[in-house]
Amino acid sequence: MATTRLHRNEQINGWAFVMPALVLLGIFMIYPILWSLWMSFQVGRGNNFSFGGLANIQRLANDALLVHALSNTIIFFIIQVPIMIVLALLFAVALNDATLRFRGVFRTLLFLPCVTSLIAYSSLFKSMFSNDGIINQTLVSLHLIGAPIPWLTDPFWAKMVIITAITWRWTGYNMIFYLAALQNIDKSIYEAARIDGVPAWARFWNLTVPMLKPVILFTTILSTIGTLQLFDEVNNITQGGPGNGTMTLSLYIYNLTFRMMPSFGYSALVSWVIVAIVAVLSIVQFVIARDRRRAS
Amino acid sequence: MNMALLRRSATYVLLSLAAFISVFPFIWMALGATNKSNDIVTGRLSLGSNLLVNFQNLLAQVDLVRVFGNSFLIAIISTLLTLAVSSLAGYGFEIFRSRVRERVFQLLLLFLSIPFAALMVPLFVLISRAQLNNTFIAVILPTIASIFIIFYFRQATKAFPGDLRDAARVDGLKEWQIFLFVYLPTMRSTYAAATIIVFMGAWNNYLWPLIVLQTPENKTITLVISALTAAYTPDYGVILLATVLATLPTLIIFFVLQRQFVQGMLGAVK
Repeated sequence: MATTRLHRNEQINGWAFVMPALVLLGIFMIYPILWSLWMSFQVGRGNNFSFGGLANIQRLANDALLVHALSNTIIFFIIQVPIMIVLALLFAVALNDATLRFRGVFRTLLFLPCVTSLIAYSSLFKSMFSNDGIINQTLVSLHLIGAPIPWLTDPFWAKMVIITAITWRWTGYNMIFYLAALQNIDKSIYEAARIDGVPAWARFWNLTVPMLKPVILFTTILSTIGTLQLFDEVNNITQGGPGNGTMTLSLYIYNLTFRMMPSFGYSALVSWVIVAIVAVLSIVQFVIARDRRRAS
Repeated sequence: MNMALLRRSATYVLLSLAAFISVFPFIWMALGATNKSNDIVTGRLSLGSNLLVNFQNLLAQVDLVRVFGNSFLIAIISTLLTLAVSSLAGYGFEIFRSRVRERVFQLLLLFLSIPFAALMVPLFVLISRAQLNNTFIAVILPTIASIFIIFYFRQATKAFPGDLRDAARVDGLKEWQIFLFVYLPTMRSTYAAATIIVFMGAWNNYLWPLIVLQTPENKTITLVISALTAAYTPDYGVILLATVLATLPTLIIFFVLQRQFVQGMLGAVK
């Protein structure tokens, strides 16, 4: 009798505590996702839509701009994420050395870009990378380049600006995750390896990287989602240009919905493309991590 | 021995270079705010005398008090509501375990990786139909139940001593009283860290406010900066001054509460 009352009490309280969040998530997350699945089959402009069967899927198959946005997103991902993660790992390992001086200062300064808003820092980068701007002037005066680089007017260089900007903003953020994980590693393992004469780079590859694998995986997933979300920087620095050279999936959906002829049905289908990509990538990343763990 | 010294020096050089690159845009921003737009796009890197003119130009284009008021109002209300709703849920999932709720929680974790871009179209239609377009409610409501913050609080609640709760129960406190008068004060540092992440997120939010807020009197500072930057002939003196003003609040929070700041960022992987 007493236990069932206690049990019922637990049940009522359990639901009462989580209910406000669940109701809100139901309305603002689960309902929109399901609705956009239904909307994917609707055609029409603005708020007037009707059932269009597979018309949107046909449009998807012939959408050159979507392919452009997808390939740009993949290029950003393949180039930017590895560079950032390797840099963040190197900084974290360097800063984890207790004998290093000014560790706190270095850590603070490397983390500093994280306090800027995406819009604020992208405006800064736009002004620094202008044609006669500080970056070109510096590179020319160091004789690294002969003529100014058309950073914002050439599709290739515009991609490089975006990649540089994102790397600047997020390397310190990732570094903090690795630093925290490194501090949990038992120092005696390193002592033993050092006494056995294992060189530094081998300690890094064979001890540090395997032990940080879960965190590296976690940050890779975060960065993947971040790349798929990429919007603020490209919208502010290049507006997807020049010649769609920096068009991303998020910006494309935004343009489809709010800048071109609004077609909510088709935007919803493209949104589902993102959901599908996230699902596949998450599965792939987990499988890779599991296989590596088994192999080692 | 020489090798070690060389490696040590290389580390310092590398770290100093990285630190310089990290800090340079901040210096650029501060100096730029004092310069003319023409000097900025031609790379002038010294203190100018145009700060007051930039400030007057900014004031002429933007109702600064209003815009900052909007940003603060949205960020503060978002933060309060998000902390309330999400910490309740995180506590609930961890303290009162049941098989069904455990399944619900796992389902939520699946939704964690869905990008906002996938939600914005249906959300916009939903908000328009509810006739909440161009309101702060529309900006705030969809962000309150944050799966990330729920997860963060659930993880943190694992460290909440069960003895405290048992003692409070013996004293005859109701569950909501335990949450309010025992849990909340005990978890102050968790709340501090979560406050920082949520506030930063709300303060810097761009895409959703861009979609929802249309009229000038409702714009936030991030929307204003992006509008200034998108102008046909952007005035960079004004823009960089605006970015200084927009960055100052988060910069101050960072330097005053550095430990909680970093703790908040790390919350998810503990």
